[in-house]
Amino acid sequence: MNAPLPRVWDSLRQSRGKRLERAASLGFGKEIPVDRIIDLLEAVIQPGDRVCLEGNNQKQADFLAESLADCDPARINHLQMVQSVLALPSHVDLFERGLASRLDFSFSGPQGARLAKLVQQQRIEIGAIHTYLELFGRYFLDLTPNVALIAAQAADAQGNLYLGPNTEDTPAIVEATAFKGGIVIAQVNERVEKLPRVDVPADWVDFTVQAPRPNYIEPLFTRDPAQITEVQVLMAMMAIKGIYAEYGVTRLNHGIGFDTAAIELLLPTYAAELGLMGKICTHWALNPHPTLIPAIESGFVESVHCFGSEVGMDAYIAARSDVFFTGADGSMRSNRAFCQTAGLYACDMFIGSTLQLDLAGNSSTATLGRITGFGGAPNMGSDPHGRRHASPAWLKAGREAYGPQATRGRKLVVQMVETFREHMAPVFVEELDAWQLQRSMGAELPPIMIHGDDVSHIVTEEGIANLLLCRTPEEREQAIRGVAGFTPVGMARDKAMVENLRDRGIVRRPEDLGINPRQASRDLLAARSVKDLVRWSGGLYAPPSRFRNW
Amino acid sequence: MSLSIRHSWFEATARQRLAGLLDPGSFCEFLPPAVAQPSPHLAQLDLPGAFDDGVVVGAGQLGSRQVLVAAQEGQFMGGAVGEIHGAKIVGLLRRAVAERPAAVLFLIDSGGVRLHEANAGLIAISEIMRAVLDARAAGVPVVALVGGSCGAFGGMGIVAKLCSAVVMSEEGRLALSGPEVIETVAGVEEFDAKDRALVWRVTGGKHRYLMDDCAALVDDDIAAFRRGSIELLDDWQETPDTLARLRAKQARLQGRLSAYGRCRDGLEIWAALGISEPERVPLLDCDELIALKEGLPT
Amino acid sequence: MEKLEFKFPSQALLAAAPPALCGVVGSGNLEILVRSGVDRQICEISVNTSARGFGETWRAVLATFAASQAVGGTSIAINDMGATPAVVSLRLAQALADYRGGAQ
Repeated sequence: MNAPLPRVWDSLRQSRGKRLERAASLGFGKEIPVDRIIDLLEAVIQPGDRVCLEGNNQKQADFLAESLADCDPARINHLQMVQSVLALPSHVDLFERGLASRLDFSFSGPQGARLAKLVQQQRIEIGAIHTYLELFGRYFLDLTPNVALIAAQAADAQGNLYLGPNTEDTPAIVEATAFKGGIVIAQVNERVEKLPRVDVPADWVDFTVQAPRPNYIEPLFTRDPAQITEVQVLMAMMAIKGIYAEYGVTRLNHGIGFDTAAIELLLPTYAAELGLMGKICTHWALNPHPTLIPAIESGFVESVHCFGSEVGMDAYIAARSDVFFTGADGSMRSNRAFCQTAGLYACDMFIGSTLQLDLAGNSSTATLGRITGFGGAPNMGSDPHGRRHASPAWLKAGREAYGPQATRGRKLVVQMVETFREHMAPVFVEELDAWQLQRSMGAELPPIMIHGDDVSHIVTEEGIANLLLCRTPEEREQAIRGVAGFTPVGMARDKAMVENLRDRGIVRRPEDLGINPRQASRDLLAARSVKDLVRWSGGLYAPPSRFRNW
Repeated sequence: MSLSIRHSWFEATARQRLAGLLDPGSFCEFLPPAVAQPSPHLAQLDLPGAFDDGVVVGAGQLGSRQVLVAAQEGQFMGGAVGEIHGAKIVGLLRRAVAERPAAVLFLIDSGGVRLHEANAGLIAISEIMRAVLDARAAGVPVVALVGGSCGAFGGMGIVAKLCSAVVMSEEGRLALSGPEVIETVAGVEEFDAKDRALVWRVTGGKHRYLMDDCAALVDDDIAAFRRGSIELLDDWQETPDTLARLRAKQARLQGRLSAYGRCRDGLEIWAALGISEPERVPLLDCDELIALKEGLPT
Repeated sequence: MEKLEFKFPSQALLAAAPPALCGVVGSGNLEILVRSGVDRQICEISVNTSARGFGETWRAVLATFAASQAVGGTSIAINDMGATPAVVSLRLAQALADYRGGAQ
């Protein structure tokens, strides 16, 4: 019998040691001069590495992304990129220039069309499109990065990092990389003697480089109240009276968009008049939406934990530390992984908008010729079967869905849409574009954002459909048609059946809720302009200049 | 909270502004929608018109004074002046010469000429200019109220400055060429039209008030425009321009050009005016800014 | 632009009133002018719209309005800049309330 070959048990550590030696032999210490970053990347990254380029819908390690894209493809190639978003042109350049070949990600947003083209030309291999939590989870299973390129606000001489209010994905990425033999390289906006607080300890970080300009941050969650329409006010009134009040929703997440911004701005006015202060919307998993300021100032909100921050909100957040999570230095600490977990398991409700809904309630934001991905909405917009703790809203929804003897509750997953989008594009469709996208991309599954069986309610200007109370697929279909307005899907309804659903409270019209559509006025909004938000904040909110008209 | 009882002028329609500006129930519209005609030019271009062609004219009372009013609708084609639109305003101003009301209130919300109507719109604007001067020469003050989303630009910027006085809110803008026009012609280095804060520092109500381009600065609130207009007319004596006064005005403008002509931003001008923390100006509320101006060296 | 003309049977509105105007011809918006018409059992509606090819959607929205409200004896004129059915329905309700208010 042959003795087995002796197995090497520390190949990752050895590889890491060789990479660090190569860097040292080129004269690199921990602090990398900005003009030599490409030399460093070419020294420590090897062909075939799994590389995580930090970035999300807000903070971006943009300087490291551009530097990596400028590396020599003869030296660095076949990289497997594992990253939350493919958002910057340089992210796509990596594939077009032959540095990277495979991609596992969550969201692509503005680069969706370029990405779709690369897939069709077979110049990129997509591993999978994840939700944020799935991708973070896989960092700790089978997609652990060999090299992580991250963004921080500041570093001190030892290499400790301060992440600032936009902590976002950094802790999850660094933890997976630093503790599995990987290399962590941080771009920082500034070097300081003493950090306000230490978010990442120096011995988890191998190199830092001061970027020539601060990392880019997109003001993604700023919604100008001036653009909220009367129809959105009407839908917000219906949602508050017909869902928030009836279920007593205290723990929740809102999607981005004007529909939910309208709800936030009706809390201090309409909801307060209904006597709902303290009864709804007390605990949030939410980015610091400027439109939440009036509700916070009115005393509606007890706590907000954030995925990331928002441009201009830092001083306001720091001055409201009872509400937001802040460090000993006073500034906010966000954390996408924890906030997504809160959104998945600890929230009783998710409410958001979408571009298309089909007759089963499946929704999608995919449009032809663009691969946009998912981000975090599917986690928040899904009923977690692993949840065990009860709350009144969760129990009531569970009993509506499974009957009085239910052994579990239900998360409220609400889709809020106007029946038509701009240019008269119907939101309600017989078949989602996602199916055609699946066929043209050769994907294994259509990119469905929220599955119909997770959706509890659909709110449109015509009414609310409560899908929990539907007992057959046919009832479900007619309930959806019954709020689909004058779209072709809505006009093809079985009128008698919809009236029957209405009698049973499954479809409810504004008048069934005691709401006269003519009451839906922008005067109900607690703030009607960005300037009103600044006033509510006592001058602490400093909106970016593109949102100002003063 | 008192924030919710404001009725924003910036956001309101022309008809809502008039309803809140004038004494309740006093407004009587000339050529109301049911008898007016939409623009024939727009119909030829296959575009839907508006029954009132984007301007509401009529008579009413302001603090028991008899006034004539014209209110442009900024949401219809940017308040732009077409042939019928212009004719309604000119007719109103001529009526003022005949009837001698206490004032004409001109609620301007316009980017200038309606390009679809080209020459007809250009002629209409020059007729409005002439009619404003005729009304003033007849002793009727013409007061421009500027606080709408389209501001007062192009030909309507000139018309505003031909009026007896201008009442503005901080949100209002007053200039000749619009920001997008400047950027298109002279490049983004010259003027970044997307930098809204810059646009307001250069054309907005606060800057105009500090530069004496408007007589009164009021909050973005319909009731504040009403109060501001009443207070202005309480003290107003319409005196026609003489050659000597025009020469003095011209000299002041030349002095202004040589003092501030090289400035790139309202901030630089405010510093030159002697304001110690110019970057704080955009954050001040209306009363604070008025107090600040009163404390400036003259 | 498309011009559409409709006539719907509708329950008679109690009394004629001075004309009422609601809304503005701005992007995604419309103006509606309600006047007294000729036939007490009929609601006449004419539409000028910037969006072509939505005649059937207009018919459905306006028919629902005329069937659910007593608007016989009115003549309604609409100038539209691409308003969605939700906005059209809301404005019709507002315009009718204004018109009825004028009849008091």
